[in-house]
Formats: sequence, structure tokens, C-alpha cells
Amino acid sequence: MTSGTAGRPRRGAQLAAAALLVLAVGVLLGSAATAASVSEDEVHAIASELRCVVCQNLSVADSPSEMARQMRDLIRERLAAGDRPAEVKAYFVQRYGDWVLLAPPARGLNLVLWLAPFGAVAAGLVVVATLVRRWRRQAPRELAAPPAVGQVDRDRLAAELERLRD
Amino acid sequence: MKLRARWLIPLAALPVVGLLAYGFRTDPRAVPSPLVGRPAPPFALTTFDGKAVSLEAQRGKVVVLNFWASWCYPACYEEAPVLEASWRRVGPEGVVVLGVAIQDKDPASLEFIQRFGLTFPNAPDPAGKVSIDYGVYGVPETFVIDRRGVIRRKHVGAVTEAVFREWVEPLLKESV
Repeated sequence: MTSGTAGRPRRGAQLAAAALLVLAVGVLLGSAATAASVSEDEVHAIASELRCVVCQNLSVADSPSEMARQMRDLIRERLAAGDRPAEVKAYFVQRYGDWVLLAPPARGLNLVLWLAPFGAVAAGLVVVATLVRRWRRQAPRELAAPPAVGQVDRDRLAAELERLRD
Repeated sequence: MKLRARWLIPLAALPVVGLLAYGFRTDPRAVPSPLVGRPAPPFALTTFDGKAVSLEAQRGKVVVLNFWASWCYPACYEEAPVLEASWRRVGPEGVVVLGVAIQDKDPASLEFIQRFGLTFPNAPDPAGKVSIDYGVYGVPETFVIDRRGVIRRKHVGAVTEAVFREWVEPLLKESV
């Protein structure tokens, strides 16, 4: 009886300990899982879209600088904290402006950047088309009408041929 | 027709030349900060002499937050005496100068502090978190934060006395 009452709390304590252990392992596994879920590919994908702020024309992914390394660490940290890639990018845009994005967003004045190449290609095609049409219009006319030879030249030609024959 | 074509080519090149002339004259680093006019990001750092320093604790004061590095020569070397002298002059009126050493080695930072006899609080930013939070892309960069904790000005390059006169001291007249 006494052993029973003494045994029950002990078993209760064992159960509680086991439950705690399971919980602890679960938490550890859980945190390991979230930490592992941040793949380097994901970090690299975001870093390659961000401008290294201390470099010229280098992405955060490509720069060996200390600042870029710190930024990559920060990207990893924010992803591990559950931020989505868009939120991580927004974090940097809030602090550095659109300038930090290697591909400027296609809105406002930036549209000029995105549309200008297509405009330039279209303008070039128009120029080429008009030139080709003009050449095609001119070429047959020039062939059809041989250059006119004046009377003076004709006389001279006749004289020269005469001399050659002699 | 031919005359017009002769003029068309230089005429077409003109805007391109103009754009390049403008582009090459502008400083690619002079990027306006989106943080001006917004609440200053909070931070808590530990100074080189082991004291805790946070932005929150400075509320009600005008804060001059200066990002520097010992390797940043000559700009940081030019501004250090100005920061120290201004801090001594307007500090009692309610201005706090805070230095944050970024991308630096502690011994080199300490040597810099000693060399200029800096008495205002200076702290390292080992993981670069505070500097990235403030959108810092080079040194020196200085943020002027008003009594309500709003960033009012970002100054890129060495701080001069004029910066204190024009951007710091007027903020002292504002109420909290």
C-alpha cells in the first residue's frame, strides 16, 4: 500500500520526465528543421538580385566584401525567421531604396529603362525597312537608263577608235 | 534628302551624348536615402568601454549617429575632430553624438578613438546589423535624428561644422 502510493508518484515523475524529453527532442528537431530549411540556393537567389552596396556593379552573391557577407548572413537569418523571399527583398528596399535591386521594378520612370531597348529595336527596324524600300525603288531605274553620252564625247570616241584602228 | 540624312545622324547622337555627359558627372554613390523622414531604426549596442547604448535611451535629444571606420581615410580623419569639438560645444544643449565603427577591427577602432581623443560614445557593429538597418553603403555616413526619433538628414562624407549649424542645431529648437 505504502509502496503503491510511493510508486505511483515515481511513475508519474518518470512519465513527466519522458514527456519532457519527447518535447525537448521535438523542439530540437523542429528548430533544426527550420534552420535546415534555409537552403544556400535560396540565400543565393535573393543575394544575386541585390546590389552589393560597397561595390560597383556586383551583386551581394558575387561580392567577396565583408558587407556583402554580412548581408548574406542577414538574408539567411531572416529566411530562418520565416520571412518569404519577397519580404527579405522588401527589407533591403526599405533601407536602400529601389537602387539596391539589380533589376529596377518596372514602374514610374523606370519604365523608360525597360521599354527603351524595344523602342530602339523598333526604330532600327523602321530605318532598315525604309532604306531597303528606297534602294529597291532606285536600283532598277538606274539600270534601265544608261548614262547619256553627249555629242562631244561621241565624236571623241569615234576619233579615238579611228586612231586605234590605224 | 541627302542633306537631311547628314544632319539626322549627329542629331540622333546628341541625346545619347547628353545622357552620357550627365551620367558620368553624377556620383553613382549619391543615392537618396528612403529613410529620411521616417522613424530611426532602433538599436542597442555596447560601446568599446563596455557601456550599453541604445537609441531608445536618447529619446528627447537630437542624435547625431555617425558611421565610421579606422580605414576610412581621409574623410573619417577629417570629421573626427569636428565631431568631437561639436559634441563638446552642443552636447550640453541636448545633442548626443554616437559613433558606430563598421567593417572594422576593434584594435584599429580603439587606436582611432585614442588618436583623436574621442569622448562621445563609440560602439562596434560586429555583424553589420545596425549599418544595414540604416541603409549605410559607405563610410563616413551620418544621420541626424530629431527629438522625436525621426531621421531628418543623411549626410554622406565628412561631417563639417556647417552640418551641425544647418542641420543639428535648428532641431534643438523643436519640441519633443
